[in-house]
Amino acid sequence: MGLSGLEIFKQLPKTNCKECGYPTCLAFAMALANGKASLDACPDVTEEAKEALSSASAPPIKMVKVGTGDRVIEMGDETEIFRHDKRFNHPTAVTVEVKDTDDLEARLAVINDLIFERVGQEYTVDMIALVNASGDAGKFKAAAETVKEKTEKNVVLVSEDAGAMEVALDVLADRKPLVYAANKDNFEKMTELAKSKECPLVVKGDDLNSLAELVDKIVALGYKELVLDPGSRETSKVLADLTQIRRLAVRKKFRTFGYQTIAFTSKDDPQEDLMQAGVYLSKYASIVVLKTDKKEHLLPLFSWRANLFTDPQKPAQVQPGLHPIGDADENSPVYCTTNFSLSFYLVEGEVSSTRIPSYILSVDTKGTSVLTAYADNRYTAESIAAAIKSTGLEDKVKNKNIVIPGLVAVLKGALEDESGWDVTVGPREASGITKFAKEKFA
Amino acid sequence: MAVEIMKEKYRSQVREVVLGATKDEGGTRSTTIKVGGESTLPFLHFEGAVPNRPVVAMEVWDVFPEEWPQNLKDAFGDVLNDPAAWAKKCVDEFGADLIALRFKGADPDVNDASAEDCIAVLKNVLEAVGVPLIVYGCGKLEKDNAIIGPIGEAAEGENLLLGVAEQENYKSVASAAMAYKHSVIAQSPIDINIAKQLNILISEMSTPLLDRIVIDPTIAALGYGIEYSYSIMERARFGALNGDRMLGMPMIGNVGHEVWSKKETFIPVDEEPGWGDQAERSLAWESVTAMALLQAGMNILVMRHPQAVKLIKQNIDELMQDNSY
Ligand code: SF4
Repeated sequence: MGLSGLEIFKQLPKTNCKECGYPTCLAFAMALANGKASLDACPDVTEEAKEALSSASAPPIKMVKVGTGDRVIEMGDETEIFRHDKRFNHPTAVTVEVKDTDDLEARLAVINDLIFERVGQEYTVDMIALVNASGDAGKFKAAAETVKEKTEKNVVLVSEDAGAMEVALDVLADRKPLVYAANKDNFEKMTELAKSKECPLVVKGDDLNSLAELVDKIVALGYKELVLDPGSRETSKVLADLTQIRRLAVRKKFRTFGYQTIAFTSKDDPQEDLMQAGVYLSKYASIVVLKTDKKEHLLPLFSWRANLFTDPQKPAQVQPGLHPIGDADENSPVYCTTNFSLSFYLVEGEVSSTRIPSYILSVDTKGTSVLTAYADNRYTAESIAAAIKSTGLEDKVKNKNIVIPGLVAVLKGALEDESGWDVTVGPREASGITKFAKEKFA
Repeated sequence: MAVEIMKEKYRSQVREVVLGATKDEGGTRSTTIKVGGESTLPFLHFEGAVPNRPVVAMEVWDVFPEEWPQNLKDAFGDVLNDPAAWAKKCVDEFGADLIALRFKGADPDVNDASAEDCIAVLKNVLEAVGVPLIVYGCGKLEKDNAIIGPIGEAAEGENLLLGVAEQENYKSVASAAMAYKHSVIAQSPIDINIAKQLNILISEMSTPLLDRIVIDPTIAALGYGIEYSYSIMERARFGALNGDRMLGMPMIGNVGHEVWSKKETFIPVDEEPGWGDQAERSLAWESVTAMALLQAGMNILVMRHPQAVKLIKQNIDELMQDNSY
């Protein structure tokens, strides 16, 4: 259980020296109690106090890493229940399951090739989960060798047979895979394996109670690089368990559950698989293991992850600049909007529905909408003219005509003077673009 | 060691709203639908009641939906020219809990259909199916204000869910609901304060309407700002459970309408090889958008693709299973 701010305060030097960045020791104590500061920030804290406070000063959910070097994936370290309170820190690791009975080379080739690009972001599958479906240690080891050779992706090794785990882990240990899983029967051996290879370990319970018991036993063995699996596989039960683990860790500072979580889908149909994965990704799983490796299923999942893990406090921005839609060329129309992502995507969606290749010029308004940016003098004749210049638009299109949002029709004259371009006043709402384009450009 | 399960105690619950009316209640529906009533966050049965499952409405238009991608049109076969047959197919074959009838043809730039034209379509659809109806205009304020009164009157007592009342334009819809015993969709632009304000304005016209309002918080499609809707909905629901009466209404989302204009639903795979098969991707875009909104507390999903509807209904079935400890 966590300590209260006052309990922490009692242990601090009480000199209010401000070294920690807080105005008083009390303020710092409160921040510690809420998991928003780290005790290291106070240079004068005594060793005894450190000992006493270590539980209160650690983040509510421990960060655990899988992989090494550039490919390391950090997970956990979350402090919130709702994203509107504060950003969720580490996007869920999307993990595709493969079996040691599959044609592994072929499957790994497909998974290696999965690279998605959408709105300027690139996504790839974060990890593969290699399942010892054969139940045979030799096969599992051979599969681990194939994985080692054929993919650089991070790996979850899935076998509850400690013997099989040992031989596969020998092959892949320097990639720092996630070991799945320690259960009530094998936990001593699995913990020893994970500990000796310094790999993170999943603790698998049959329910929350047995999970808690097992975590405490493993921590007592001296290992804390843990990931939790409550063992449930029905959608509703998993949602409840993941919610409980997150709440108990964050709200109650229940140390036993202060680790990240892993969730496995249970569906054979890829569309259903995707829906279930979506639920677990929405509600707190740090790792989701699913079966489909099809682009058309994974793209929506990656998009939802990108949305969910954005910073809710920041106005969402897109890259300012020139965005071609379709095969835009020197005769294509040019639409001008801001770099507020909602405005941009609306315009982008509508412009692409016109099926007329076009350019969208997104002016840097620091992520504010057309009217706000206009009011703040960020969306002006000058800033639009500057964007026309800096993007080299003059050399890209011949017609020198730009469409501005109907909401800022007043800018027409000034922008024509400033840029030397013809300015067309477009519709007030993005939804009017299709009709507008049909009349003007079709 | 037994884990101490953490159960939140909320002060209040979401209002329960009934849609449709049977013969005894003054309408002609064979069934009515209840939405809302939950006293916890989405699907946390372990700490509160979720008395009514979220429902799925399927969209039917009064005109042929030319602009829909081909794979979406193909999913319906040959009924898209006949709203009554279309609605019937949605209910009988695709399991729609209710029908959302959209009078696209009333748009002056489409067919400029008159109130009488719309009423004729409405009557056919009411006859063809027994489920409750949602009614949307064409989206052009002036025209919608002109047709909503006559439509409401023609279906008096049916308890339609009438769309949409907005802050600057709520009176015609609210009056039609008040006078002819219907319910109201109150739409606010991803803004919790406007959502509250609008509910206050409507209730000032008629207090009993408070139990007949459904909030449309304005939803965005996956990849197009859905996270804003998600967080507004989570905050609204949290407010509702903590006793804010003017936020305590069930919520509705126009999922199909938002999703099927986005390029992820129609760009063919040869133009975006990294995006995978268009038919499968497009319906996944709709089902995943709906999935995310359910997790934020959506009560009524208005959708288009039969397979996306099937997937989300299955997801709802699973999520409605008790998860008490
Ligand atoms: S650095 Fe330590 S002693 Fe100084 S104000 Fe902060 S908590 Fe107090």
